[in-house]
Amino acid sequence: MPTNNHPHPSEVTPESIYMNRRSFIRRASVASIGGSLIAGGVWARHKNAPRVEGTSDDELTPWETVTGYNNFYEFGTGKGDPKENAQDFKTDPWSIEVSGEVSEKRTFSFEELVDGLTVEERIYRMRCVEGWSMVVPWNGFMLKDLIEHLGPTEDANYVEFTTLMDRTQMPGQNSPVLPWPYVEALRLDEAMHPLTIMVTGVYGKKLPPQNGAPIRMIVPWKYGFKGAKSIVKIRFTKRQPRTTWNEAIPREYGFYANVNPEVDHPRWSQASERRLGEFFRRDSLMFNGYDEVAPLYEGMDLSRNY
Amino acid sequence: MATLPPTLSSRKRDWIPYAKIALWIALLAPAFILLDRILLLGQFSGGNFVDDPVELIQHWTGNTALILLLLGLAVTPMRRLLGWNWMIRFRRLFGLFAFFYATMHVVSWFVFDHQLALGPIFKDVLERNWILVGMMSWLLLIPLAVTSTVGWIRRLGGKKWNRLHQLVYPIAILGVLHFLWQTKLLERDPVLYTVALVILLAVRRWIRRK
Repeated sequence: MPTNNHPHPSEVTPESIYMNRRSFIRRASVASIGGSLIAGGVWARHKNAPRVEGTSDDELTPWETVTGYNNFYEFGTGKGDPKENAQDFKTDPWSIEVSGEVSEKRTFSFEELVDGLTVEERIYRMRCVEGWSMVVPWNGFMLKDLIEHLGPTEDANYVEFTTLMDRTQMPGQNSPVLPWPYVEALRLDEAMHPLTIMVTGVYGKKLPPQNGAPIRMIVPWKYGFKGAKSIVKIRFTKRQPRTTWNEAIPREYGFYANVNPEVDHPRWSQASERRLGEFFRRDSLMFNGYDEVAPLYEGMDLSRNY
Repeated sequence: MATLPPTLSSRKRDWIPYAKIALWIALLAPAFILLDRILLLGQFSGGNFVDDPVELIQHWTGNTALILLLLGLAVTPMRRLLGWNWMIRFRRLFGLFAFFYATMHVVSWFVFDHQLALGPIFKDVLERNWILVGMMSWLLLIPLAVTSTVGWIRRLGGKKWNRLHQLVYPIAILGVLHFLWQTKLLERDPVLYTVALVILLAVRRWIRRK
């Protein structure tokens, strides 16, 4: 049941984050997404995409690509598989179980969970660990706001997100490519960072199933696989949870998975990336260009904590 | 129904030139489909919106090269097992087109991934095993493509030429390994190609023993 007396933010926010609040959000402004995307050639489509204010070379990736080129192995490993296989995915009703080191320990309906949270547009770069990237206008709310609602206990150091497990609806789960269900997690201070959002829409529309409907997480300074999709469980833990890719291939995918051009994947360089639709590669940026998160990792060896 | 005679010389094969033309068209088709998908939005060949043209070029050309290599390797077993001796007439085309697509694959990587900067190209080749094996596979294809003409067969003599062209085995193994190695997880296609290659090599050994 939604309650109106949420704890005051300072009661649950770690002090370091609370004090840092002024220093963030290099949020690309809410650029109006006018101009429908013109069909008539790859070039035309990409050239006509609106620009993100302030970052002249970050044009929005077209809707077709954002919703047609997806890594969502629950619906198949091909980039086009999710769009093809997720169309009948049922997201209503949807419930999310909140458990672990938290006061609001129960199952919420999706509507209940997001009730009262302010949805805004965030235009973020999305860098995949495979070496490609997009620019996406997400619609979502700060995970921080949700966490403050839920009230983690003093022992909560991590938040874990679990994707739906449903072999009938998600045919990819019949294949043993990954240990299902998909689990991702963040350190609590990463989760509380104002750049971290829970996404319920894209391009001003309801989030399509292939993008992780009805609710997914986006952490723009990390490789895309950290962003768990179609979340059904949120668990607060004291110790670092196991996470799917890290468990599958620990040498190649770390828990942190921060975008880092200096730390290569064992099999390919992470120094550059290809923005989808472009022919030549561009330099990748430390923390995907979101330098304001650097204090979260002060004193850590990022080549070991990859 | 007449069965095919065991040797090539025993009967005129008027249809072979036509079959060769048809094969040329079939082997060029992947290149046309690729051009159509990238430049004309698939007006002729269909297909979805191309999100990442470079990825499409690289996967498409690499895949085609591997398939043609495997088809080329299948020629001899088919001849032996089915008695289709005429198939040998088409083997060179498979090999040459495998080289053509492999070259497009490598050149697109030189151009799009490295803008022809030699330093980074060498660095990548030496540091990444899967690129190294792919590059070796392509480099080994070059002498085979060069010596594929009748003139070269004469110049080298059948025995030497045959021995040189045994290189196609390491080429195919390296090529399939390159594919297998670059995927994040074990995916279907590289596994299929590996199985196909293993079967082809096994059949060959078995034929030789007989």
